[in-house]
Amino acid sequence: MPSKYTTVSIPVSLHDRLQKLVQKKGGFKSVSDYATYVLREVVAMHESDEVPEAFTSEDVEQIRSRLKALGYL
Amino acid sequence: MPGQPHGGKLVHIRQEHGPKQFQGGISIPVTADSAKTLQNIAEGVLSPLTGYMTEDECRHVMDERRLPDDTPWTIPILLHAPDSFKAGSGDEVPLLDPEGSWVASLAFEEAYSVDRKELATKVFKTHDPSHPGVANIYSQPPRIVAGRLLWVSKPPESVFTPVTLSPKETRILFKEKGWREIVAFQTRNAPHIGHEYVQKTALAFADGIFINPVLGKKKAGDFTDEAIVAAYRALMKAYYPANTAVMSVLNYEMQYAGPREAIHHAIMRKNFGCTHIAIGRDHAGVGNFYGPYEAQEIFKDFPDLGITPLFFREFFYCNKCQGMANEKICPHPVSERLTFSGTKLRNMFQSGQAPPKEFMRPEVAEVILRTEKPFVE
Repeated sequence: MPSKYTTVSIPVSLHDRLQKLVQKKGGFKSVSDYATYVLREVVAMHESDEVPEAFTSEDVEQIRSRLKALGYL
Repeated sequence: MPGQPHGGKLVHIRQEHGPKQFQGGISIPVTADSAKTLQNIAEGVLSPLTGYMTEDECRHVMDERRLPDDTPWTIPILLHAPDSFKAGSGDEVPLLDPEGSWVASLAFEEAYSVDRKELATKVFKTHDPSHPGVANIYSQPPRIVAGRLLWVSKPPESVFTPVTLSPKETRILFKEKGWREIVAFQTRNAPHIGHEYVQKTALAFADGIFINPVLGKKKAGDFTDEAIVAAYRALMKAYYPANTAVMSVLNYEMQYAGPREAIHHAIMRKNFGCTHIAIGRDHAGVGNFYGPYEAQEIFKDFPDLGITPLFFREFFYCNKCQGMANEKICPHPVSERLTFSGTKLRNMFQSGQAPPKEFMRPEVAEVILRTEKPFVE
């Protein structure tokens, strides 16, 4: 099943600027294509700001011991 | 600090010590190569996947190169089953290795089929059966089974166990070492000077390099897994500053899907905690199925991948420059260039000769010459 699409409202003036940019620069098929790219980039940036998964201290100790035994640490 | 796992969470499936005794009933046989996928799912190498793809997931990956939740994903992870296979939703289905041992269980979700020609064309950009990935698709039964893994048995100990780290282990290792920027280097070869040059160029602006040779099915004439690991040990010992390089192997079945597989390789290394990945010429390619830099170009479609590719051109030794160079920085004619041909290397080793030092470090060559069977027969 292909992706479903929805509509996001942006000011017409911004749309026109993007349209010109897309036509001039190439590389994107449409304003929607360009907006999808930019939004994915921004969303990923914010998602990566979230606190990384923490391991339990038991996990860390166990793994540190193995890494030491194998000569990695 | 290592970045987020792909999809935001590192998957961990319960691992049992050794296979269970199979008493009969419904089951699905898995090949030795598929067993590697089981381990990779269990240890989070393929996060956020927790099992084999449903039809919806498979279609999204084929058509959009993304999972249904928009997470980038380019290679379908599928479990093929015999036509006779039948199960009900939620049933626990034993997965049996080639010896008949019960090595994992799947919570059955659905069974479906995909047009194999379409699958091949979308993933490999060809349906030519001379492509090894395409041939693999055609060799599998058309029925596909989806479901989440309930448990997976730990693989038996091998000579490679001490150099096999899980994503959880590498993430803790990188943190302990204080590395923030980590470049992944994927390889299927013993290192020649060109490889070392790429790694050290990447290392110049990162804290550490994660050398991650792929072990598994190879073709005749390829370096054996033993030779690759021994050669890297020799190289790292003699030519890498302490605390700048880590080597751990990855048990993985190469698909040779070129551009799509380059993204897949990046995702796996992101899960190991790498922030960057080196992508060279014809990465994950085979024969002439892909353009030389297609595996680099595809990255522009994934601004949200969460791991940064570092693109490298093909390196060679230039007699005039008296050092490593590439076509972008070297003005000299081809006749001055020494290129790193695998065939040339193999021929030298097979005649008991060490390659010239412009081609391979003497310490590395010596280890390969000492290896009983350096090449797959």
